[in-house]
Amino acid sequence: MSQYVLRRLLIAIPSLLGISVVLFVVLALAPGDPFAELATNPNVPPEVQAALRAKFGLDDPIYLRYLHWLNAMLHGDWGFSFVSRMNVDTLILQRLPATLYVIGSAQILALLIAIPVGVYAATKPYSLFDQIANTLAFIGFSLPTFFTGLLFILIFSVTLDWLPFVYSTDIKATGIRWVLEMIRQAIMPVAVLGLFQAASMTRFVRSAMLDVIRLDYVTTARAKGLGQAKVIVKHVMRNAMIPVVTLIALQMPAVFGGAIVTEQIFRIPGIGSLLISSILSNDTPVVMAVTFVFACLVVLFNLIADVLYGWLDPRISLR
Amino acid sequence: MLDKELRSMIGKVKDGRMDRRAFIQRLAAVGLAAPLANQILALGGVAMAEGASTYKPTKRGGGGALKLLWWQGPTLLNPHFATGTKDQDGSRLFYEPLACWDPDGNMKLVLAAEIPSIQNGLLAADGRSVTWKLKPGVKWHDGKPFTADDVVFNWEYAKDPATSALTIATHRDITVEKVDDLTVRILFNKPTPFWADAFVGAPNTIIPKHLFADYRGSKSREAPTNLSPVGTGPYKFVEFKPGDLVRGQLNPDYHMPNRPYFDTVEMKGGGDAVSAARAVIQTGEYDFGWNIQVEDDVLLRLEKGGKGKTVYAVGGDTEFIALNFTDPNTEVDGERSSMKTKHPLFSDPAVRKALSLLVDRESVKKAIYGRAGRTTANFLNGPEKFVSKNTSWEFSVEKASKILDDAGWKPGADGIREKDGKKLKLVYQTSINGPRQKTQAIVKQACQKAGIDVELKSVVASVFFSSDVANPDTYAHFYADLEMFQIPLSQPDPSQHMRRYMSANVATKENKWQGTNFPRWVNKEYDATIEAAEGEMDPVKRAALYIKANDLMYQDMVFIPVQHRLKVEAAANNLRPIISGWANETDNLFDWYREE
Repeated sequence: MSQYVLRRLLIAIPSLLGISVVLFVVLALAPGDPFAELATNPNVPPEVQAALRAKFGLDDPIYLRYLHWLNAMLHGDWGFSFVSRMNVDTLILQRLPATLYVIGSAQILALLIAIPVGVYAATKPYSLFDQIANTLAFIGFSLPTFFTGLLFILIFSVTLDWLPFVYSTDIKATGIRWVLEMIRQAIMPVAVLGLFQAASMTRFVRSAMLDVIRLDYVTTARAKGLGQAKVIVKHVMRNAMIPVVTLIALQMPAVFGGAIVTEQIFRIPGIGSLLISSILSNDTPVVMAVTFVFACLVVLFNLIADVLYGWLDPRISLR
Repeated sequence: MLDKELRSMIGKVKDGRMDRRAFIQRLAAVGLAAPLANQILALGGVAMAEGASTYKPTKRGGGGALKLLWWQGPTLLNPHFATGTKDQDGSRLFYEPLACWDPDGNMKLVLAAEIPSIQNGLLAADGRSVTWKLKPGVKWHDGKPFTADDVVFNWEYAKDPATSALTIATHRDITVEKVDDLTVRILFNKPTPFWADAFVGAPNTIIPKHLFADYRGSKSREAPTNLSPVGTGPYKFVEFKPGDLVRGQLNPDYHMPNRPYFDTVEMKGGGDAVSAARAVIQTGEYDFGWNIQVEDDVLLRLEKGGKGKTVYAVGGDTEFIALNFTDPNTEVDGERSSMKTKHPLFSDPAVRKALSLLVDRESVKKAIYGRAGRTTANFLNGPEKFVSKNTSWEFSVEKASKILDDAGWKPGADGIREKDGKKLKLVYQTSINGPRQKTQAIVKQACQKAGIDVELKSVVASVFFSSDVANPDTYAHFYADLEMFQIPLSQPDPSQHMRRYMSANVATKENKWQGTNFPRWVNKEYDATIEAAEGEMDPVKRAALYIKANDLMYQDMVFIPVQHRLKVEAAANNLRPIISGWANETDNLFDWYREE
């Protein structure tokens, strides 16, 4: 087992290196200039712009810049933001709590909806409940988040005036009031993201359950005289959850990566909005760090999913 | 206006026989606005009036929280590194200049005690030096006194190329010396009619010597105070999250009486202009929304029964279409739009004249800019005293067609005009931005009617405005026949703005397209006019020179002005923000209050 994990980790190194090369080259070749805004500012002479480019090493050849970046990354230095003139890791860590809170809650909400609904729908396929759940799921994942987000804002903020639509990181309250405010302002973004996720996940859980529920051992369990609840939870769900776990594990990096569109709509200062604003201002060190961390998380959670298989289903052996 | 008459009027004001207001009104009658009138008085020996204050509260604080929404949040808080106005706006909450600009372009004192004038002896008559008296008793937020040493330090800090301060241009050609603890003198290397650049306005706020002295030159980026400012301003720094939030609280030792009004200030970043307008005007979650570049009918709809309104400030920003004077389609030594070529179509003045008749500025205003735009024939639209009255514009497809007919451009079989085998086909580029694409469509339609084929091209803003040498789509490469954008006028003076188009500044491959004259227009008379203006101390003559420079551009049709754009902000109904078209939005923040 530990040998397996070690081997997988070693295999991850070349793939991460490959990913970093691709990311770096694409970013270096992409058009744009972090000091673009200076160009139309009559106060900034062109020499200063040139000096800044030189200072941040933008005039070096790509391979040299890559090696510098790699070397710094190995020493734990994630880079230095052109735009904010501060270390990238501080910038990312500052944004992490909001992303973890909002996207994490949305994932939990999605699971809380998807698993019971999917399981119940699968036990009674083509019943009225199943039909309604399916219809809602289709509506759910065909509506993009930017649409539902705006719709929610128009209904709950503008018309009803119940909820704020600008997410604030410094709520002026303490104790229980603070908690309530945090929940209040997260309701809309969490609902938008959570319902979108829940829709596709419900379909997935349902089909995974249906695959298992028809197998002979389930019939055997029923024939033994076990109750419906026990059969579904202990016998069917445990096996049906294997593909679901993969799906969830692969979605975990997204919890850290944030949700670009939703964060932008609700002004949540998360990783997603950091990424998009860095892309727009050509702040390559930040874009590079965020995308690379994201790549590492994908590789890591893939490994975790594989390890979890072995735990969920002892028949799968990891060698 | 005759020089003699002017002098006698100045004399009357001095003796008290004519009051200031009457003088300004007389000048306004001949087309010279208040800021110039004030400067004329200043140079004529009457002190420049300080901008009037409309501030009403009679005690400090008690105003609760002021919530500002900047849809592009500040990303750093050192004014010397500010890459855009958003960073200057954020820094300005804590740092202060010696003086700032009020909505009429008048100077307002902040850290200075007196406005320099020839009469009070602080301004040299030859324009080679200006002396600033500092307010006594001003303290930094950490309790240290603010002195002349701090001012001198800012100059040393910014002019050092190793610091890579973006304010270097303001500081490198001047010398700043300490006269005594509360007096500094700025020496210019040539007569400088516009002396209020260094240490004035939000871009040139002053940072404390005692916290930055160890971080000069190449160590500049390591200064911890880059991210946690200690200033002299009305608010003390509390918290900063780049791109997301800047927070401050009332400074109990602030040097202006009864100010500030608000107990805390919060500047939230992120999102987009439309939803920012909504959060201020419709739901009232925020008190003030910055730079609301939203179509006017959307704003009008939001304002109906809303909790806020839009606020406008007139500055000198002009949206223009620039004409390329070189040929973008011929490559010479690996360079298109080379100075060795002439534009095959625009070398005929009739084509340029016809194009200017085909830009329907009134429709652009009606359909796009609404209250935030004014039609204009001038490239230079402010300050008022520099605005030419000799120009006019017109929209007429018939006249344009006639001019082209007369010049020998006859419609071909496909309806497109041609002459000597050259077809009137143009590429018209701009950055991707809703209003700009709509303007492009309006212009293209009119051109089609007149037999000119226009191909529209839109480039992502981050590319269009970049200084990337290798990218052919930047505005500076100008590999198109026409291009449209605006260059902000960041201070109430046109000198920096107009200098860009001197012949010596053409953008070429040789200077890596860093030259500022992107239309590559060469006019010896223009060069001479600008040179003369830069050394002219008499404000009336100087204004006349800049007006002449504008008129030369108009005659050659270097730019077709599309719209004189106003600043648009959103504010809660009870908020009394002071917004100047000549300054950053937060420049007059100390005078903001809320009507109870």
